[in-house]
Amino acid sequence: MQLQSRHLLGLENVTRDDITLILDTAVSFKRVLERPIPKVPTLRGKTVVNLFFEPSTRTRISFELAEKRLSADSVNFSASSSSLKKGETFKDTARNIESMMIDFVVIRHSSPGAAHYLANNVKASIINAGDGAHEHPTQALLDLMTLRENRESLKGLKVVIVGDIEHSRVARSNIYGLLTMGAEVGVCGPSTLLPREVERLGATIYPHIEDAIAEADVLNILRIQLERQGKGLFPSIREYRNLFGVTRERVERAHKPLTIMHPGPMNRGVEIDSDVADSDASVILQQVTNGVAVRMAILYLLAGGKAMAEGEEHA
Amino acid sequence: MPKLNSDQTVHIEKLLLKGARILDSAHKLDETADILIQKDTIQEISSIPSDTFKGTVLDCAGLVVAPGFCDMHVHLREPGREDKETIETGCAAAAAGGFTAVACMPNTKPPLDNRSLIEFVQERAEYLLTDVHPVAAITKGLKGEELTEMGELAEAGAVAFSDDGRPVFDSDQFRRALEYAGMFNRPIIEHSEELSLAEGGHMNEGFVSTQLGLKGIPPISEDIAVARNVLIAEYVGKPVHIAHVSTAGSVRIIREAKSRGVPVTAETCPHYLIFTDEMVKTFDPNKYKMNPPLRTEADRLALLDGLKDGTIDAIATDHAPHTIDDKDCEFDVAAFGIIGLETSIGSVLSHLVQNGKFKLPKIIELMSVNPRKILGLDPIEIKAGARANLTVFDPKAEWTVDPTQFKSKGRNTPFDGETFTGKAVAVLNKGMVYLGR
Ligand SMILES: [Zn+2]
Repeated sequence: MQLQSRHLLGLENVTRDDITLILDTAVSFKRVLERPIPKVPTLRGKTVVNLFFEPSTRTRISFELAEKRLSADSVNFSASSSSLKKGETFKDTARNIESMMIDFVVIRHSSPGAAHYLANNVKASIINAGDGAHEHPTQALLDLMTLRENRESLKGLKVVIVGDIEHSRVARSNIYGLLTMGAEVGVCGPSTLLPREVERLGATIYPHIEDAIAEADVLNILRIQLERQGKGLFPSIREYRNLFGVTRERVERAHKPLTIMHPGPMNRGVEIDSDVADSDASVILQQVTNGVAVRMAILYLLAGGKAMAEGEEHA
Repeated sequence: MPKLNSDQTVHIEKLLLKGARILDSAHKLDETADILIQKDTIQEISSIPSDTFKGTVLDCAGLVVAPGFCDMHVHLREPGREDKETIETGCAAAAAGGFTAVACMPNTKPPLDNRSLIEFVQERAEYLLTDVHPVAAITKGLKGEELTEMGELAEAGAVAFSDDGRPVFDSDQFRRALEYAGMFNRPIIEHSEELSLAEGGHMNEGFVSTQLGLKGIPPISEDIAVARNVLIAEYVGKPVHIAHVSTAGSVRIIREAKSRGVPVTAETCPHYLIFTDEMVKTFDPNKYKMNPPLRTEADRLALLDGLKDGTIDAIATDHAPHTIDDKDCEFDVAAFGIIGLETSIGSVLSHLVQNGKFKLPKIIELMSVNPRKILGLDPIEIKAGARANLTVFDPKAEWTVDPTQFKSKGRNTPFDGETFTGKAVAVLNKGMVYLGR
């Protein structure tokens, strides 16, 4: 089995079979990562450009590691060092990439649709590493992989995403991916940070964190962007923490065993308390490890790789 | 008179429009006859045999001859952004699209806020077939601070006042503008947008903006502004024309206001009648980014109802040419606006008439009679002795939109590649005739 698309732009239209294929493949690559020499020659001779128009150390490093573990040649192009600031248009960047005969472009950009734009304008396979508030499919896939490792089944699992849903690409990709895989999704956050008609995406709204915790199997806690306060979307960090902070006291009142996730970087003491983030219920570090495995799987599959048999590993 | 070649403008000596269906909704005219035109005047409407006729004959069998169409909302970009459009290219686009008149918005660089600029625009169009009716700015420099010298501007030829592109944000200023412009019997054309709700948005706010993560422009940002504008118009008893209506809320408010006799008129554009915000999922700003944005299906249907019951008086295009660099980029970086002059008739005939929703006389009302009435232009009559100001179109011709063939400098159209049924064939005005391709 192979992936249906040569790009990964988002999870909105990715099928259950394709998500399963990616997650299964990621399991094999995770085994590679656990070896003494965690490197395979799978993508030798392939070139990847990591195009980061927004600062993101974590996602970029995760992609870079995945590329190196697969023996791909990779180059980084980040906004701080880029010519884009000197007025080079996004279109010119796309054209330059096209003339450099690149196989893969990993793109992070503040504009929704930036990855689609590249997919329409260059021949390379495009991997969306986050386009504005639109999608961040690799994050959602690594979240799904982590949930599969910790929970019996994704089907029927109740995942509540907590925080600024409106501006979150992680939330959107998670909602799409989770629903495709048969999970139930809730969203919890200030009404000012819930996008319009979010229920039509298939998510249930929880106005109170206590209710969310009472019903959820999983909390996926988003980073609250501190600058949103200045835009009048919520009155203060203090009140945000009072109303939506995931604290030990609140978590202790859960009815069921709770899994705690966070895409990072965390504002400890704001959206999540340290004793929750570092508790046994937390799988936050596992998410980071799985991020590399999932990204290896995506690169491998987009390069035309096929599903690996049970127990098969890369030479 | 030289032979009539396609894609050429020639001066008329003696021209016979043979076997045309003459449709004039204002005068309840619908008959098939021959029209003899000499220079700029209709000589005779009857049955004129073409074999003995000494002059040029245009075979109009199957074609409709209507009073010249008027697009009351276009951006010609000159002066200042001649790389996007000039008065000449914009007028060529108008002629190719079947319009004999346009009203051009004052948001040029510098803006049309003084007499010399109004005169400049008119001089530029003096020898062109298209009548260019400048709309002057409401406030100096479009800054929303001081009123322009409306008396002088009206005398110089401004047919209306507008700060289009932006609303007059200050309600007192807007009230004064209506009162003052009213002295000269000129309407205020208001771009109705409550900026505090709309600022920073790139598409309609709704389910699709939620899916795409693009900042939305809520429909209430238009509704609130329309409500304010009709309330002020009612209070001072002076006419306001609502530009590019895009929401169901606006239609409801305007309908209610009209029922109470408020002096309000309104226009919408073909794209709001045909597309919805679902199209933004393509992330193609060249086709689908404009302000106001494409709304939902419920809005689209409400606009069609509004056209039908007369709540909306006119179809205009908000023709807004941009360079490729302003449009071939990220969606939230791209400029707002699409062009419309060369696709207006085709899109309206295909999407509104072909399916039987609207009859041709109604379309002529929406695209010729009413816009001229709102702007205070002389009504067009199709009768012996009248000036020949005519649009000839073929309601059945099929053609495919190819933006590379446009007269406009703009290529930013959502209709690229679409096959239309219905096409502008020719326009006649000022003693000239342009026969399209
Ligand atoms: Zn406008």
